Amino acid sequence: MQHIVSVLVENKAGALSRISGLFSGRGFNIESLSVGPTLDSDISTMTIVTEGDDRIIEQITKQLNKLVDVIKVVDLTEKEYVERETALIKINARGEDRAEALRIVDIFRARVIDSTQNTYTIEMTGSVKKIQAIINLLKPLGIKSLSRTGRIAIARGDIRGASVREMTERRGVSA
Amino acid sequence: MKMTGSQILIECLKKEGVSTLFAYPGGVNLPIFDVLYDEDEIDVVLCRHEQGGAHMAEGFARATGKPGVILVTSGPGATNTVTAIADAAMDSTPIIILTGQVPTQMIGNDAFQEADMVGITRPCTKYNILVKDVNDLAQAMKEAFYIATSGRPGPVLVDLPKDVVRAKTTFKYPDSVYIRSYSPSRKGNKWQLKQAVQEILKAKKPVIYAGGGVLSSDATQELLTLAETARIPVTNTLMGLGGFPGTHPLSLGMLGMHGTYWANMAIHHSDLIIAVGARFDDRVTGRVKDFAPNARIVHIDIDPTSIHKVITANIPIVGDAKTVLTELNQLVGASGNGTAEKFKDWFEQIEVWRKEHPLTYDQSSEISKPQYVIDQIYRVTSGDAIIATDVGQHQMWAAQFYKFDHPRTFLTSGGLGTMGYGLPAALGAQKAFPDKLVFCIAGDGGIVMNIQELTTAVEQKLPVKIAIINNRYLGMVRQWQQLFYDKRYSSSDIGIQPDFVKLAEAFGVTGLRANEAKDVVPVLEKALAIDGPVLMDFRVEQEENCYPMVPAGAAINEMVFSDPIGPGPSEEMQKAKKAGGILTA
Ligand SMILES: Cc1ncc(C[n+]2csc(CCOP(=O)(O)OP(=O)(O)O)c2C)c(N)n1
Ligand SMILES: [Mg+2]
Repeated sequence: MQHIVSVLVENKAGALSRISGLFSGRGFNIESLSVGPTLDSDISTMTIVTEGDDRIIEQITKQLNKLVDVIKVVDLTEKEYVERETALIKINARGEDRAEALRIVDIFRARVIDSTQNTYTIEMTGSVKKIQAIINLLKPLGIKSLSRTGRIAIARGDIRGASVREMTERRGVSA
Repeated sequence: MKMTGSQILIECLKKEGVSTLFAYPGGVNLPIFDVLYDEDEIDVVLCRHEQGGAHMAEGFARATGKPGVILVTSGPGATNTVTAIADAAMDSTPIIILTGQVPTQMIGNDAFQEADMVGITRPCTKYNILVKDVNDLAQAMKEAFYIATSGRPGPVLVDLPKDVVRAKTTFKYPDSVYIRSYSPSRKGNKWQLKQAVQEILKAKKPVIYAGGGVLSSDATQELLTLAETARIPVTNTLMGLGGFPGTHPLSLGMLGMHGTYWANMAIHHSDLIIAVGARFDDRVTGRVKDFAPNARIVHIDIDPTSIHKVITANIPIVGDAKTVLTELNQLVGASGNGTAEKFKDWFEQIEVWRKEHPLTYDQSSEISKPQYVIDQIYRVTSGDAIIATDVGQHQMWAAQFYKFDHPRTFLTSGGLGTMGYGLPAALGAQKAFPDKLVFCIAGDGGIVMNIQELTTAVEQKLPVKIAIINNRYLGMVRQWQQLFYDKRYSSSDIGIQPDFVKLAEAFGVTGLRANEAKDVVPVLEKALAIDGPVLMDFRVEQEENCYPMVPAGAAINEMVFSDPIGPGPSEEMQKAKKAGGILTA
């Protein structure tokens, strides 16, 4: 089953490769991985979409936690969460296709963010399903290039996820 | 007063109580060696190969419980340590690897002797760090020692660019460390502990399965108390030997692939396994799906990833073995468990197994059996030596026939199975304990993998006694080829070998040879009478096999006790082969 794991990690050189190396070294699967800053510039957040049975997912979260630079790991799949992905889709858009493209963009509440005589670049944000759907509809027009962010996710409302505020409430051990 | 990075580094080592530094110089770490030249408090042990030096640091760490430290140069010096780093990671050995690095402004330019050590060792260190600013050095060192020695111990590498160790700053060593992303838990969960006691009270056929974690956390006394108060027999893993006295009536010896029959049978038939600081390695479990089918499992380990990794535990307890066992002992003591009567049938059954297939060998020919040599080493040392082994048949025989009564007296490469580990590990231990008797038991194959360290033994006056169990084969490989590859001894015949006695003499080490069984004891006695290092060449039966054995792919109750009769592999072996075990020696 697919899981979305959210990871708070020290923003240090090598932290990303420690995590991606963990996945490749232990044969875990990564569908997507996205990284970005948090409110605290020393900390990054990563959203990893992975796949595996319960035992594997348990190992993944434990192995992530074991990495010295990892502050917190939350398997959002066990909670209520919202997720989004953004795709930038550059399509051929000539003649009548331009109108067809705009109709599709409209239906999906996407946006055209760049337009040339022969192309449109469309920004689409939504669930993976929606992104897949718009891609499928745009395909016949001819997709010239596609760039996707990978999924990001966050726990709903008051549910605890991997947030910087909670992290600072945690106590470490000193020696 | 401002100090250079090199001076700061050495001060940090002193603050951490390091008095022995294994080292090898080169271009970028010359500033550090220059400081060491005037340093009285740190004894520099010049190894002859960085792999050897890093294994010495491991041997030092395993024998003392304190971190071993090695300093090497960049590039090839650093990459030479990688095998030992991976070894330390597998066996949870705390070592600190200080690697020189090219100056920061040259990093990434393929500079002379540049290697991305932080990249190369990322998967085989517990942690590693490239120090880019001399102002961060003291903090990095403090964290390195803390991380290497706390929680589940392991290797930490600190990469030191040349400009950083030459730059100056004021030195202040942090009094404490706080790493918000790292806080290993020590205490076991109370509720789980109570559950564990309930399991102990209910059990009729309990076994304690104790691993290297007992030694790492210094929990041998607590383990003994638990075993004696609850009257539970104990089996040790290879890494756990010495964590419970091998001569104790409750000791079952080692379990696993070459473990004792009675230990494996006890585990297989048990109704409760209390795993302490052990990780259900594949050499222990055999075929996982048939491992201990009727047992409830209490798993105590400081590393949460060890729990439920291979075997699902019924009562997982994450915590430090010493702390958890102390808590458990209080609860068990109060529960009034532990009358000898309670497990009478269980102990009787174990005795039946013990008698059914004892550890034996047949020493009737003139040529010595390898097991006989180990047996005699046990006798002449009164079981009171530190024994470092290499990897192969001799390692398993040492584990079977030497009864380790004391913690930190058996140094061996378990997880990685690194040939070449034994001699330098013995030297590291001898360096830490100059007055203790230290033996290295090695094969004729592995001994030459770090033979250059004989020079270190001579220079450092380390009186290590080296016993080569010389079967003129890569014995463990040959055994597998005999059993699983129709005796096709492909590249395992190492009959072309140096004259080990002359080789020893060339190094300035006493060389002795025992051609026959009758020579074994006299040679050992002679070696013990000599003050310095001695290398003994024990000529042994070439094709002796290590039994009992759980063939790869078999369950641990499906042991094999002797060579197949007649040509071709035995039925058990064929079965094992079909079962598709991973056939690796
Ligand atoms: C560095 C390394 N290379 C290869 C192996 C595979 N291997 C395991 S045991 C063994 C044979 C060791 O031969 P020897 O040192 O003579 O010991 P023996 O088994 O004969 O006692 C080999 C080659 C290993 N463990 N380590
Ligand atoms: Mg051999």
